[in-house]
Amino acid sequence: MADDEIILSELDDEELVLQMHDDLYDGLKEEIEEGVRILLDRGWTPYDVLTKALVAGMTIVGADFRDGILFVPEVLLAANAMKAGMAILKPLLAETGAPKVGKMVIGTVKGDIHDIGKNLVGMMMEGAGFEVVDIGINNPVEKYLEALEREQADILGMSALLTTTMPYMKVVIDTLKEKGMRDDYIVLVGGAPLNEEFGKAIGADAYCRDAAVAVQTAKDFVSRKHNSMA
Amino acid sequence: MPRLFAFREKRNVRLCCPATCPPWIADCTVFKTFLKTMNLQLARLRGTSFSKPLRMGRRMQKGILMSDLLSRLLETRDWLMADGATGTNLFNMGLASGEAPEMWNVEQPDNIRKLYKSAVDAGSDIFLTNTFGGNASRLKLHGAAGRVREINRAGVELAGEVAANAGRPVVVAASMGPTGEIMAPMGTLTHELAVEIFHEQAEALKDAGADVLWVETISAPEEFKAAAEAFEKVGMPWCGTMSFDTAGRTMMGVTSAQMVAMVDKLAHPPLAFGANCGVGAADLMRTILGFVAAGPERPVIAKGNAGIPKYHDGHIHYDGTPELMAEYAVLARDAGATIIGGCCGTMPAHLAAMRQALETRPRGPRPTLDEIADKLGGFSSASDGTGDDAAPGRERRGRRRG
Repeated sequence: MADDEIILSELDDEELVLQMHDDLYDGLKEEIEEGVRILLDRGWTPYDVLTKALVAGMTIVGADFRDGILFVPEVLLAANAMKAGMAILKPLLAETGAPKVGKMVIGTVKGDIHDIGKNLVGMMMEGAGFEVVDIGINNPVEKYLEALEREQADILGMSALLTTTMPYMKVVIDTLKEKGMRDDYIVLVGGAPLNEEFGKAIGADAYCRDAAVAVQTAKDFVSRKHNSMA
Repeated sequence: MPRLFAFREKRNVRLCCPATCPPWIADCTVFKTFLKTMNLQLARLRGTSFSKPLRMGRRMQKGILMSDLLSRLLETRDWLMADGATGTNLFNMGLASGEAPEMWNVEQPDNIRKLYKSAVDAGSDIFLTNTFGGNASRLKLHGAAGRVREINRAGVELAGEVAANAGRPVVVAASMGPTGEIMAPMGTLTHELAVEIFHEQAEALKDAGADVLWVETISAPEEFKAAAEAFEKVGMPWCGTMSFDTAGRTMMGVTSAQMVAMVDKLAHPPLAFGANCGVGAADLMRTILGFVAAGPERPVIAKGNAGIPKYHDGHIHYDGTPELMAEYAVLARDAGATIIGGCCGTMPAHLAAMRQALETRPRGPRPTLDEIADKLGGFSSASDGTGDDAAPGRERRGRRRG
């Protein structure tokens, strides 16, 4: 479609940011990289590029995913595009000491190799400014504990796609309780066969229906935690 | 031509000894009569080495064909009952969370026999083997990627024993679950590798004597197609179901109508197709209505969960009662499903109630969405992406790539 060819560098800041939201939505990786570079060249801080262009764009993607308008393939493409933008911003963010929202350790429970949901949550959390430590699939309880302690994390995210593996989440939470560590972390659980009642019954802080909800819930809990500490 | 007849014409049949039978045998009346007589006898002999009935097929010029047991049952019955849950039942027998249920085929064969027998005793015409996670990609997790053959063989052989003692024809359907990987280009699993993974498992299941291959809980159309290709390679009849668990679609966004279109285009199409697992029985029924509205050429499979999972005292319990599942079974049949079973949470008591309802309650008109919601509970989303109420797309500012 040559007639609506858009040259990113010719757009003003406001237009460019809106265009980047669309490009994220469409999962256009190279366009996102280009947009990020243009904004940085125009003197934007890395933190502003992250929040106003990428995070705001991913919020739209997240909302449409939640509402059943977008599905996993589109969200994966969008997240890949965002990741490409993040790769440029990450070193700059570290240099400039941008504010940190929180740190999450995320992994799929023992017996479960379905990491689609977990990856989505991880990417959306990164997109929302969280630091994410992904410990992968098929994690026994020891691996969760070790990662939580090593990383000084705020949040534990557990994912399961199978009814055969979801009860393992309780094993992890029970072990945290036994070791007196349960209250040190916000525990979020998710996965297709789960529901809110299950989350409560096993002692998680919250069940998150999808990646967008996970981000919102994590934000709410982190701000509550900060308030209670203040 | 009525639709029922149309799909029978298209059903694929399995080749038998093409090398040894001369082409003219297809036209031989004496031989046809012989086959007919044999069939009458073989029907009573299921469980012996002559477990499969012989039948003349369309591709007779290539040799003698014999249809599989499931095809034969589909021709003589207007509904068939499949089985219920595997995982939920095995947990109740003490399977630890996180362990591979498939290992029990080798380590706890008595429990697996018990599982199969409970489905058969409750009236299932078809039961699925405990081989759902028996592909190399899944077994790798348990350090058993090299044991695909052994584990699948054990699962099917135990099933063969139970079917042979059933006293009636019961189909051993070899369950195959997803690889768990995301297909390229979104993920790393290539089409070729996916076909190879399915092929390895399918061949083991075939060699062990499964009546039909049964791929289930699939989300991605690419993975479904890869499985179909693998089944063509091993030359086995198969059934395939996807899970519609995200706003009435599969996780990858496939609607019921899209699945029908995909299935009808496959080079080696399944004997029957449908939906399993997902959210609750009501959502699954909406998917069935979506299949039927799309005018499928093949029988439809309904395998819904017995309600929604709840956690009680260390184990998962599904809140659907046997009465609810009986209601669901009748609704599924009236909606146009031919193979009706349960998925997670469906225990022998549910199956027995379903069987009784299917046998005793007369056929009714196709239920509406309101009737389904009324009897089984509400839906998890307002729309399922089919028909006029498909969700609107986002308005773009203009795309640079068409």
